[in-house]
Amino acid sequence: MKTREQRDLFPGALEMMILRTLKRQPLHGYALAQHIKRTSNDLLQIEEGSLYPALQRLLKEELVKAEWGISSTNRRVRIYKLTAKGAKHLEHEVSRFEKMLEGITRVLAPGES
Amino acid sequence: MNWLMQVFSRRRIYGDLSEEIRGHLEEKIEELVADGMSRKEATAAACRAFGNVTLTEEDSRNVWRWTSVEELLADIRYGLRALRHNPMFTAVALLTIAIGIGANTAVFSVVNSVLLKPLNYPNAEQLVSLHQIAPGAPGLADFETGLHLSPSMYFTYAEHNRAFQSLGVWNTGTASVTGLAEPEQVRTVEVSDGVLQALDVPPAVGRWLSEADQVPRGPQRVMLSYGYWQRRFGGDRSVVGRNITVDARPREVVGVTHKGFRLVDTDFDVMVPLAFDRRNLILAGFGFEGVARVKPGVTIAEANADLTRMLPIWMDSWTNGPGTNPHFYETWKITPMIRPLKREVIGNVSDVLWVVMGTIGLVMLVACANVTNLLLVRIEARQQELAVRAALGAGWGRMVRGLLVESVMLGLMGGALGAAFAYAGVRLLLAIGPANLPRLSEISLDARTLGFTVLLALFSGLLLGLIPALKYAGPGASLALRSGGRAASASRERHRARNILVVGQVAMALVLLVSAGLMIRTFQALRTVDPGFTDAQHLQVMRISIPGALVAEPERVLRIQNEILEKLAATPGVKSAGLVSEMPMEGFDSDWDCIFAQDKTYPDDVMAPLRLYKYISPGFLQTAGTRLVAGREFTWSDVYGLRPIVMISENLARETWGTPSAALGKQLREFPSMPWHEVIGVIEDVRERGVQDKAPEIVYWPPMMEYLFGSKDAQTVRTVTFVARSERAGTESFLNEVRQAVWSVNSNLPLASVRTMEEVYDKSVARTSFTLVMLGIAGAMALVLGIIGIYGVISYTVSQRKREIGIRLALGAQGEDVVRMILRQGAKMALAGVAIGIGAALGLTPLMRSLLFGVTAQDPRTFAAVASLLILVALLACYIPARRATRIDPLVALRYE
Repeated sequence: MKTREQRDLFPGALEMMILRTLKRQPLHGYALAQHIKRTSNDLLQIEEGSLYPALQRLLKEELVKAEWGISSTNRRVRIYKLTAKGAKHLEHEVSRFEKMLEGITRVLAPGES
Repeated sequence: MNWLMQVFSRRRIYGDLSEEIRGHLEEKIEELVADGMSRKEATAAACRAFGNVTLTEEDSRNVWRWTSVEELLADIRYGLRALRHNPMFTAVALLTIAIGIGANTAVFSVVNSVLLKPLNYPNAEQLVSLHQIAPGAPGLADFETGLHLSPSMYFTYAEHNRAFQSLGVWNTGTASVTGLAEPEQVRTVEVSDGVLQALDVPPAVGRWLSEADQVPRGPQRVMLSYGYWQRRFGGDRSVVGRNITVDARPREVVGVTHKGFRLVDTDFDVMVPLAFDRRNLILAGFGFEGVARVKPGVTIAEANADLTRMLPIWMDSWTNGPGTNPHFYETWKITPMIRPLKREVIGNVSDVLWVVMGTIGLVMLVACANVTNLLLVRIEARQQELAVRAALGAGWGRMVRGLLVESVMLGLMGGALGAAFAYAGVRLLLAIGPANLPRLSEISLDARTLGFTVLLALFSGLLLGLIPALKYAGPGASLALRSGGRAASASRERHRARNILVVGQVAMALVLLVSAGLMIRTFQALRTVDPGFTDAQHLQVMRISIPGALVAEPERVLRIQNEILEKLAATPGVKSAGLVSEMPMEGFDSDWDCIFAQDKTYPDDVMAPLRLYKYISPGFLQTAGTRLVAGREFTWSDVYGLRPIVMISENLARETWGTPSAALGKQLREFPSMPWHEVIGVIEDVRERGVQDKAPEIVYWPPMMEYLFGSKDAQTVRTVTFVARSERAGTESFLNEVRQAVWSVNSNLPLASVRTMEEVYDKSVARTSFTLVMLGIAGAMALVLGIIGIYGVISYTVSQRKREIGIRLALGAQGEDVVRMILRQGAKMALAGVAIGIGAALGLTPLMRSLLFGVTAQDPRTFAAVASLLILVALLACYIPARRATRIDPLVALRYE
């Protein structure tokens, strides 16, 4: 049994990836999971289940909204969509992340000190 | 409002979630099947990839929740269900806790009302009692009340002080009220100006006594207590302005005190103003208690300093008469020792109450240990359930909380039940409580007491749950999913917690039983002390007062008293009768003064040791059963002939002249203007202030003397205790005949304090007997709980070791071997508990030293007796399960597998 921290990479990372994916197109849970897995080349060991608590958090904060609909494979699924608030939040988070990443990269970069 | 909508839409959200997750899994499975996997493999793979479905759902739901509260509610629901499923356990545990909490709450309500609550006056923290000591006054060391104030001291203090808002003196007494129905002896307080101002509480009706009522030979006024007003006047407000006859003198009622008003801790019927005549005052006359209210911000030390400053002013302003040196009181080393009024009210009862509170607290711990043991046994049975929950992903924090919630609920429910018990307990306590318990009327279950109950309930709930929770659900607890509880022989480890609890219980029980034992020994020791009178249940005593306004001439008073004695002696069944100024232990203020012996020299010629003095009639000694050690007794012809004779106590004779017989023929007097009185008899020592206190030195004057109090006329004692010895003492018919006998002499004489000496005696040892009863109850409770504890643990081990014992028996072990083995286990626990308990008791019993008499706090006999009793009882408690173990059929035991 893994703890939540291990599943989550760093706090907020999963949420950020979800928002980024949904910005491209609305998706339902399973498709979302597959997409994240695929695009990350399976580098991130994410339990598919951990998506759902994250989605609930986003729903609660009204960063995404969900509607029941029919998927391409003809299933009844809940399709998640980015809200305006979510888009704004994503932008903010991404820029914050980039700054952080830049900082980390500099520290980790060899030969400069 | 958003969150509110969320709460209501939650059910839908949860439904959506489950459906969504199910859909997710199905989609995955189908995809995998499409890729060529078997359905079974696909399902497993999908689940693996997804993770813990239940946990995911729960985590997702938690997003929407007020998590902590809702989990708590769930825990409570779960806990209630668990308790309901085990009614026997729940009932026993609840009852144990409820009794414990009930007893604690009851005692706490007394401690709170008597010791903690401020006195019933506004800004009571400013109120003080003007206590002072005089270590240099010979003989005064006996007087635990210290040196009271004299009227001249009062005037000096009242007029020259800087530290007090107001200050006054007061005194208690009795008076007869006549002219209403039948004559009645009432309890009075006499107050000077300043007392009521200091106490600062409004009267219920009318007005307070004021300075105008304190004028000597001025208008005679009086105040009634609320109780007396209700009893005698039915609460009629028009009583204000009417006259009542107090001690044969009409006095105008000016007001009624409010309900529950007490002067310090004195309950009274009538309040009379003290009207000191300043012109006649001397330095001496130390007969009044002082009460004062200090100015805001003034400390006790500053107030003491203020009084000390005024003592020289007092000695400069007054005299004891021509030829005396007013500054000789400097040798008395009068030292003000002002006390908070509350301390004065509480007196020595605080020791008792704290000891009782402590012991009841210990009983609570023993009870908690028992319930904890029950919980441990039960949780062992629930190990399977806990293991399943842990396997399903419950964190240890959550499980510990679940168990704690359960035990806290047990505590709270026990507390609620306990509060009900406490209500009954307080009544019981008041019924057996010492009659002289101060502030008795204020005892109630108030908010603070209930707060205490809730805290105690919470605390004991946590305490109960902590050990089992940490042991079985805490981090590092080894929980194994086992099949059907097929435990091998139980490991030592698993029993350790329970054994420690039992050892603790035995130890605490020992402490309580030793305390109870010490009280029993104290009581025994008190019983063996010769109080100075015999056969107390056959001694009828009563107080009769003959006021000067009723009978003026002193000799008439004595004649009336003599006549009453004759009538009493003639009453059927009466062997003899006598009178005395007050019987031992009656609790009336005794008189004392310097007593000079002719053949001794005293420094400064005014200094002689202070001695208690009393008056006794002929026939008194024989009636009371007080032994005459040497010489002879007074006769009536001595008394009427005003012969200057006196009797003294044996210890006074020994102290002054070496032996009782050497005292005979020596001369004594009280003050220089008094003729010398010859010692004609020596009387055995009498425990004047109760059997616990050493017998004081006493001078016995005849009931009529010349030059008493410096007056020219013969003087008699107007208020005396009549004593009659009869087998019929205390019976209603006898009392009726006694009243008729008294009233046949003078129908205006009320009888007061009509009791047998046994009642007087019992009241004087009430503190000891109350403590004894309370410690006895606590000790018995601890003993029973301790036995149950040991019995429970041993029974449980036996049932756990059934298999092992079965094997032993099958291999040829004898029954006694098994019994011995089990007894050994019990004996180990009992011995460990006794050893620890003795250590603890040695540390704790000195705390109750002030309650003990004739026995040391480390009395080896008590310790040995209690220790052997405990070990014996513990072994008995083990023997029953041990016997059961020998009857185990090896075949049956092994087939259980």
